[in-house]
Amino acid sequence: MEKRIYLDHAATTYLDEEVLNEMISVLKNIPGNPSSLHSTGLEAKETLDAAREKVAKIINAKSSEILFMSGGTESDNFALKGFMDDKKGKHIITTLIEHPAVYNSCKYLESKGFKITYLLPNKEGIVSAADVEKAITRKTVLVSVMYANNETGAINPIKEISEVCKKNKITFHTDACQAGLLNLDVEELGADMMTLNAGKIYGPKGVGMLYLKQGTKITPLIHGGGQEFGLRNGTENVAGYVGFAKALELIQANREKESARLRKLSNNLLKGLMEIEGVDLNGPVDSNNRLPKTIDVSFKKVEGESLMLLLNEKGIEVSTGSACSSKSLKPSRILMASGCGEEEAHGSVRFSLGKRTTEKDIDYTIKTVKVCVEKLRKISPL
Amino acid sequence: MKKKFLYSDKVKEHFINPKNFLTDKDVAKWNKEADGIGEAGSPACGDVMKVWIKVKDNKIVECRWQTYGCASAIASTSAMSEMVKGMTLDEAEKLTPKEISEKLGGLPQIKVHCSVLGNDALKTAIKNYKEKQK
Ligand code: FES
Repeated sequence: MEKRIYLDHAATTYLDEEVLNEMISVLKNIPGNPSSLHSTGLEAKETLDAAREKVAKIINAKSSEILFMSGGTESDNFALKGFMDDKKGKHIITTLIEHPAVYNSCKYLESKGFKITYLLPNKEGIVSAADVEKAITRKTVLVSVMYANNETGAINPIKEISEVCKKNKITFHTDACQAGLLNLDVEELGADMMTLNAGKIYGPKGVGMLYLKQGTKITPLIHGGGQEFGLRNGTENVAGYVGFAKALELIQANREKESARLRKLSNNLLKGLMEIEGVDLNGPVDSNNRLPKTIDVSFKKVEGESLMLLLNEKGIEVSTGSACSSKSLKPSRILMASGCGEEEAHGSVRFSLGKRTTEKDIDYTIKTVKVCVEKLRKISPL
Repeated sequence: MKKKFLYSDKVKEHFINPKNFLTDKDVAKWNKEADGIGEAGSPACGDVMKVWIKVKDNKIVECRWQTYGCASAIASTSAMSEMVKGMTLDEAEKLTPKEISEKLGGLPQIKVHCSVLGNDALKTAIKNYKEKQK
């Protein structure tokens, strides 16, 4: 097999072996529909309930507050569109750095007549609780701010923001899809709704959940036979949910150790990259305000898609926020909002590390990036 | 598992091993000796291309370039520099982005403007040459 160093864990992760084994066992042995009332159905129901119970415990919630669904995107859609459905004329506060699932849900709601405020983060990509507070109007009913950003890795002060919301009796949603290694205790965080997905924490793709605090009301967006408390209907993906629960258990059980390991690796990577001339970090300078797995940098006089493709040839897999790589030929909205100029966004590359990333991988990456950047600068007229 | 590349094999070939590009240390020399120089930029995504040509008996005998842009942009200029070598000025002026893109085994729709860019730089270089002749 050719050498491949996967540094795109913020996009998605591979399936953990233990997760896979649990899923296979469910797929093989639990064929039933959890809604059926015979033994085969009851077995499926028990398996499903156990997965829900496990997730609830990990995030310090009740089982009845966990809604399984098809992923982070669906969960965000529920939190925004499902919550606002019966709140005509009301106001939402969100940010310019949200995942498209939140951002485009807000754009949709805006087109339906809702008022939306999109907050700008600071130059490091961090949203401030004071800004949230300032944006509150009499009509504000929902605040949605992501826990950690998928491009810059910036971690937002979720507790402070939730306190502001609580004080003003406003519902608070956070998309925590990038935050698998952070504290996910919903009580401590003060979230009324929280989005998680499995595909970014070494679980299966196409699986996620919405934490919906008791008393928070949403309108079902998928109608059907009463599953997931009648809110997200459709026969349950039992094996997927079991896999998700296992993945969440594994990543949370080891989160402090793994965070420290990744932090060291990403700091080394950053240090090595900074030795190249004309490199800027996009995102928080203090690594405590940044996800341990994520480093986003801009290379001057280099276009990101070119660099990404050259690195791919050397077996290193990363992503870029360059205009050239986007479907709209526009630079990354998130980087532009996070203090990055158009030109810097053009030369941006995100490295996101994971479980299998080693020190050797990082050394090789630094060395290779140097060579590739040099090569592209050589043929650039700038 | 074998590595995959986002675009055609031809794009890959020209992108990984670009032909006829001008290294920085030769730029001063070519600025002096080239018969025509042209530059083009794409407002769509902020990319820049520069082309230097040498002309003899109304034919392009050499075409050098520098590009700041995506893989398709780099491959387009590289392919173009090979295509125009030996062409008469008339022929080179008639070269279309479509022909460049075909030479590369086709570009995705969204990347077509990258081949337009190289072509624009070439046309400006030819114009520059002709003006110098007046
Ligand atoms: S140069 Fe920007 S898309 Fe090709």
